[in-house]
Amino acid sequence: MTKTIYVDNAATTAMSDRAIEAMKPYLKEIYGNPSSLHGVGQRAKEELESARAAVAACLGAERGEIYFTSGGSEADNQAIRSAAYNGAAKGKRHLISTNFEHHAVLHTLKKLEGERFEVTYLPVDQNGLITPAQVDEAIRPDTALVTVMYANNEVGTILPIRDIGAVCRRRKVPFHTDAVQAVGHIPVDVVADNIDMLSLSAHKFHGPKGVGVLYCKKSLPLRTFIEGGAQEKGKRAGTENLAGICSMAAALQEAIAHLYENMAKEELLRDMLIDGLSIIPHSKLNGDRVKRLPGNVNMCFEGIEGESLLLLLDQKGICASSGSACTSGSLDPSHVLLALGLKHEVAHGSLRLSLCPDNTEEEMKYIIDGVKEVVSYLRSISPVWEELEKGQRPHLI
Amino acid sequence: MALYSEKVMDHFTHPRNVGKIDDADGVGEVGNARCGDIMKIYIKVSDGIITDVKFNTFGCGSAIASSSMATEMIKGKPISEALTLTNKAVAEALDGLPAHKLHCSVLAEEAIRAAIKDYYDRNGIAYDKAQFPDPHEEEHA
Repeated sequence: MTKTIYVDNAATTAMSDRAIEAMKPYLKEIYGNPSSLHGVGQRAKEELESARAAVAACLGAERGEIYFTSGGSEADNQAIRSAAYNGAAKGKRHLISTNFEHHAVLHTLKKLEGERFEVTYLPVDQNGLITPAQVDEAIRPDTALVTVMYANNEVGTILPIRDIGAVCRRRKVPFHTDAVQAVGHIPVDVVADNIDMLSLSAHKFHGPKGVGVLYCKKSLPLRTFIEGGAQEKGKRAGTENLAGICSMAAALQEAIAHLYENMAKEELLRDMLIDGLSIIPHSKLNGDRVKRLPGNVNMCFEGIEGESLLLLLDQKGICASSGSACTSGSLDPSHVLLALGLKHEVAHGSLRLSLCPDNTEEEMKYIIDGVKEVVSYLRSISPVWEELEKGQRPHLI
Repeated sequence: MALYSEKVMDHFTHPRNVGKIDDADGVGEVGNARCGDIMKIYIKVSDGIITDVKFNTFGCGSAIASSSMATEMIKGKPISEALTLTNKAVAEALDGLPAHKLHCSVLAEEAIRAAIKDYYDRNGIAYDKAQFPDPHEEEHA
């Protein structure tokens, strides 16, 4: 059996021992419903609130500004719709975002376009960045919300959130950021970063799946999307996932406690991969080389297709992902890679490797050798590569 | 459940007839790099029999597996028989393909037809044009 090397941590992570331990008491001992008045329930309520305080402290927020959700997608949906409808109530029906957001954001915005909202999708540059000036120019008197992701899930670029937030604050427009890929990986502080609303997801930082957070600044009204109870101050009904929430709080505290040491470790491994894989001819790193998540590598290899690359890497025990059309079930390759201006032909041959601090240098060497071997094999059977090499088709990268 | 059948994975990881034939009697290329798959099939023909066949494919796992299986199915067969090969037969021989991957088997069928048409054209062999509809690149998916 081949050893498994998991480098798809942007998709999900393994839970940390501490996160698993933190979950256990709530499965059997402290099982009460935090809404119950009796002692068992109130004990659960105390734990819930202490988890809320812990999460708040990790983000620089106040306890009352943390709303637990089922994950990042739910938080994105609620934040955007809430701000949109709050704006509409004042006659503001314009929203601003980028063209390379996660689908939890983009699909929500598309739905709102069907509800007579107008959306400006700021185009990112070839490195996957936008400037605060672009946001400033796009803001209109009827702008209800600016939503820009903290860091991109595919190409790993870190956006200038603090400066974009400052623009929004100056122009008095609510600012939401999908920080699912950022929290627990790079420093995030809602106050210093001028953030009004923020989404995060526990399973991206070694916490459990199915639990996340919507931070909403206390001065900003938040609308309810799941009706049926007074939980989360009436903003999100449903008996709280206490085990998941307490486990998430532990995972986040652990991630923040080791933040800089983990970043340094991942950056070292990341740069090993980038340097090693860039030797492959006609390859290209996608996303900014510097303003980049410590654990993200995203490359394109010309003349091959991403799904076959992934399947062959999987045979070698390497778990990665790709923005190729064939891996998405749609005809077009990743909207993120296309937003960076990559041609379809090139975007089909993309590979994302996303690291965690448990990965090793030895694994990186194995991955570099493995990718080189598979790319070279797939090129040897690719009619596209043959045409590129014969000059019948121009090299694009 | 895995994305692909064991048969697909077998033909993908150990493709049969992969390569090129420098002195091929017919070559067919179909697909579009923009859409993410191109198949190129080379055939050798002797006395109306496809004596050898090779392929090169740029594409996903099912595209490579479909090329492999389709070439297996026509090797050593008379051209008349190769022309009856359908995408459905290729997909069935692979123990099925996911619905959104069926176009890969269509490409394999089209690539074989294109190679045979090329053989006919090169040798001035008359054929019924209706038998070789121009595959529309955009339609294969």
